[in-house]
Amino acid sequence: MTTTSPLNDEHVALGATLVPFAGWSMPLRYSSDLAEHQAVRTAAGLFDLSHMGELHLDGPDAGAALDYALVGNLTALAVGRARYTMIVAEDGGIIDDLIVYRLADESYLVVANASNVAVVAQELAERLDGFDAALTDRSLETALIAVQGPAAAALVVGLTDPAAADAVRDLKYYASTPAVVGGVEALVARTGYTGEDGFELFVPAAAAPGLWRTILAAGQPHGLVPAGLAARDSLRLEAGMPLYGNELDRTTAPHDAGLGRVVKLDKPGPFVGRDALASRAHANPSRVLVGLVGSGRRAARHGYPVVMSTADDAVTIGQVTSGAPSPTLGVPVAMAYVSPEVSAPDTELAVDIRGRREPVRVVALPFYRRSES
Amino acid sequence: MSETPTHLQYTAEHEWIDTTGPAGVSTVGITATAADALGDIVYLELPEVGTAITAGAVIGEVESTKSVSELFSPVTGTVAEVNQAAVDEPSVVNSDPYGTGWLIKVEVESTGALLSPQEYAALSAG
Repeated sequence: MTTTSPLNDEHVALGATLVPFAGWSMPLRYSSDLAEHQAVRTAAGLFDLSHMGELHLDGPDAGAALDYALVGNLTALAVGRARYTMIVAEDGGIIDDLIVYRLADESYLVVANASNVAVVAQELAERLDGFDAALTDRSLETALIAVQGPAAAALVVGLTDPAAADAVRDLKYYASTPAVVGGVEALVARTGYTGEDGFELFVPAAAAPGLWRTILAAGQPHGLVPAGLAARDSLRLEAGMPLYGNELDRTTAPHDAGLGRVVKLDKPGPFVGRDALASRAHANPSRVLVGLVGSGRRAARHGYPVVMSTADDAVTIGQVTSGAPSPTLGVPVAMAYVSPEVSAPDTELAVDIRGRREPVRVVALPFYRRSES
Repeated sequence: MSETPTHLQYTAEHEWIDTTGPAGVSTVGITATAADALGDIVYLELPEVGTAITAGAVIGEVESTKSVSELFSPVTGTVAEVNQAAVDEPSVVNSDPYGTGWLIKVEVESTGALLSPQEYAALSAG
């Protein structure tokens, strides 16, 4: 069964290539992956992220329940702020990576990856046992529209009702505020997955097509174009952001991915996965997530072996999780798990690209960092 | 759905070959269906002039930001010419896959199992 986005008619009208993605039919691209990627780096891109899951948790114990269910300290989160966090299994393996927004004292929004919404909802429901909090899955009634790029702020602020324009303009990274944008009641969040400044707008599904058209029209003078999942993937890769299913999965603990900081071992009370993660926190990791940069033109892809050198008999010391020719850098880039002893920046390694070994150099992530304006 | 030119022959791996050229030299490229599926092509790896190639064998790679595809030879023969303009600017394979986006010219000894335009159109529609 395939779910269509509330914006499906807009995508069809724009000539998008639609592909199956986590049970949804979503736009892969509208015209050109590269043009959409560059537009986000230099102007703005408009994304439909309605496949993402929106799980609402409300009640006097909502924060305490999340403290128990997730690795983060969500009672400590201020109203109007957001945190990148994770839900893990008892053994510390990552079930999903999440963004949690605190909407009010007793109200949280948990945003999950489309492929994991069902399992996250089920896990949360089980972990809520004994807490005075109610979980509501509003994924289908909620559309998520992202505006990302250096022109995003001027565009979104310009479309915001004057009463909230200042609040939206001054919104900090990983913060949210309710606002009327383009005539639509939205939760406006300064979050994203591109490495650029930008906003994510949570709106009722029925209001999404109108808002989409409003943003497209108002964005045209800013250089905004609709952008698909292909550009989203190359943008997040350049920004060094992990993707569930590539860098993160059930066999990976947060520390493996260099994300041990999201695990709040010192928060009060127990949480699922605590014992396993406490021992991981002090153990030497068996593998480290690194960036790899090539010099040629062939790109390593998900699953390719990382080897010690370009020699034919060089041993495998890791595996690529994501890779592509970087549109911004002009060279192939990849993220990979490698043995700790070869994880230092500037270590010379190689990747086995369909039987031929290409030299790569270890670099610190991210590959791309926007210049502060 | 892109149109399938009727003067060409095709492979199931989405290459086209034009055997109507002079003196047994045929032109090979990839189809619009293949180019569209790959997205923006950023790198072509093609065999050098003089290379002996075999029908059905991998002779190169077509790489986009999103994915990579191997290039299979539709024929057995010798590479007579490589489209250096396409190597230098691979986006022509997206914009004009049956024209200026051709990949190689081959002195053909024998052909592999080729598909008619109708057969290829039916295959790529399914």
